[in-house]
Amino acid sequence: MSVHSFQEHFDNLIDRDVTIEPKDWMPDDYRKTLIRQISQHAHSEIIGMLPEGNWITRAPSLRRKAVLLAKVQDEAGHGLYLYSAAETLGISRDEMYNQLHTGKAKYSSIFNYPTLTWADMGAIGWLVDGAAIMNQVPLCRTSYGPYARAMVRVCKEESFHQRQGFEIMLTLSKGTDIQRKLAQDAFNRWWWPSLMMFGPPDAESPNTEQSVRWRIKRFTNDELRQKFVDVTVEQARVLGLEMPDKDIKWNEERGHYDFGTINWSEFYNVVKGNGPCNKQRIEARRKAWDEGKWVRDAAMAHAAKRKARQSEVKAA
Amino acid sequence: MNLAYTLRLADDALIIGHRLSEWCGHGPILEQDIALTNTALDHLGRARSLCQYAAEQYNAATAEEKKNSFSSVAIQQLTEAGKQLTEDDIAYLRDGWDYRSLLLLEQPNIDWAFTVARAFYYDTFNYYFFSHLKNSNDTTLAAIAEKSLKEVTYHLRWSSEWVVRLGDGTDESHNRIQQAINELWQYTGEPFVMNDADNVAVSTGAGVNLADIQPLWTARIAEILQEATLTMPPAGSWMQQGGKEGRHTEHLGYILAEMQYMQRTYPGMEW
Repeated sequence: MSVHSFQEHFDNLIDRDVTIEPKDWMPDDYRKTLIRQISQHAHSEIIGMLPEGNWITRAPSLRRKAVLLAKVQDEAGHGLYLYSAAETLGISRDEMYNQLHTGKAKYSSIFNYPTLTWADMGAIGWLVDGAAIMNQVPLCRTSYGPYARAMVRVCKEESFHQRQGFEIMLTLSKGTDIQRKLAQDAFNRWWWPSLMMFGPPDAESPNTEQSVRWRIKRFTNDELRQKFVDVTVEQARVLGLEMPDKDIKWNEERGHYDFGTINWSEFYNVVKGNGPCNKQRIEARRKAWDEGKWVRDAAMAHAAKRKARQSEVKAA
Repeated sequence: MNLAYTLRLADDALIIGHRLSEWCGHGPILEQDIALTNTALDHLGRARSLCQYAAEQYNAATAEEKKNSFSSVAIQQLTEAGKQLTEDDIAYLRDGWDYRSLLLLEQPNIDWAFTVARAFYYDTFNYYFFSHLKNSNDTTLAAIAEKSLKEVTYHLRWSSEWVVRLGDGTDESHNRIQQAINELWQYTGEPFVMNDADNVAVSTGAGVNLADIQPLWTARIAEILQEATLTMPPAGSWMQQGGKEGRHTEHLGYILAEMQYMQRTYPGMEW
């Protein structure tokens, strides 16, 4: 087949909603876009372990500690599936780590915000995982097979995390005055960064059109953001929390909630590295990687020795 | 009543679970981060079962027994107010001198080699200990032992494999694990010291005679160290002790300050 007919075959699969598999021919840009997106997603899971990991040793009850520990462990698992999915596109995990540690690869900016109180464990589960699910559920039907299949598992666990987060918020909101204050404070701090998780407005999102065409993306940033606002306003009511945005108002005509202006200059600054914890997050990952080098070297050396001994036994 | 005995086992599980959970998100290999967190969750799960059982025994005790159980002011206040203790009160409201955990377990992670060596010593102990405790005439302890034994068998395999991998890996890993094995050796006598709680539990048929498991522990440690091309520290070395009596190293205070901070700062709330 000529390149032209490869392209036709690929387009045809996309049009018929058939998944693309690792051995199928795919356009270079499709491969690059996927590597970028999947590795970013994997990095977000791994970096995302840090803000919540910050509270494991301080969780207020043994049950909460166990649930949080299991949740952060799930995130490591998600990172693992996603790195594996990206590897099917011809990039190694070490190379992806290297891109993360050198700042070449991005990850979800939300994790550059600090977790200051226990209530942040609730707010992150409720809002951040809630926003992540909205972004991710459509990816269960994305065109690249290994990514779509990884996302099915990820989404199941994420929705569990979201419920756990909401349950923390609910417990706080039913608690004492100081607990309600903790919940409101966390809501105030995480609300706007959560809205930013859907990415820049459609008008400023250069990759959206192509990604929608490839079914790497199923909805635009603004569509998903609106859906998130609509759902969250109702949930905040259940919690008895005040919306951190004075401009929230039901718009009868649109059938959606209107909301205030997002501070995009803050968003771009956090993406650029000026968020409150960008340096700490990367530093923590780099440190784990650098200090783990001798451990990985030892494991490799030992495996090689074993293999050599086994072949000696066989030869004898 | 096996309150003191239960508490010691609860404290061991809680403190090692805490230490291992500090690794979460910072492991040298993603797969090992997951494995270690699994182990931390096993210890934490056991800590919860044991803390619940300790609370149950405390709640059923006489006023006099309650008074002599803990030095904790917070627990005394709850008791005076007629409240029933929960697993969280047991974990979060006692100070260091009420903690009966082994000194070995509160030692800091330092690096992968120290973490592996500490786990190796403890998992080996646990394996033989729970193999015996499952025959306890205290049915709750026996049930916890039965469940734990499955987990501990896996823990022991994991830590033994890492001792071998590091010992018989590179020169650097060999030196690091040998150093950790040597430095933590001083804490490996305490697990076998029979104190009052042990003697009472053994006399009633609830506990394990530690003298029975010490030779098994020593043989197993020697076997793995040999496979790992490592040197076993000399027998008869000076051994630290005190944890089982509530006299700890300086590390425990910081663990508790961190672990208990929410319950201490916002007392009496549901989380």
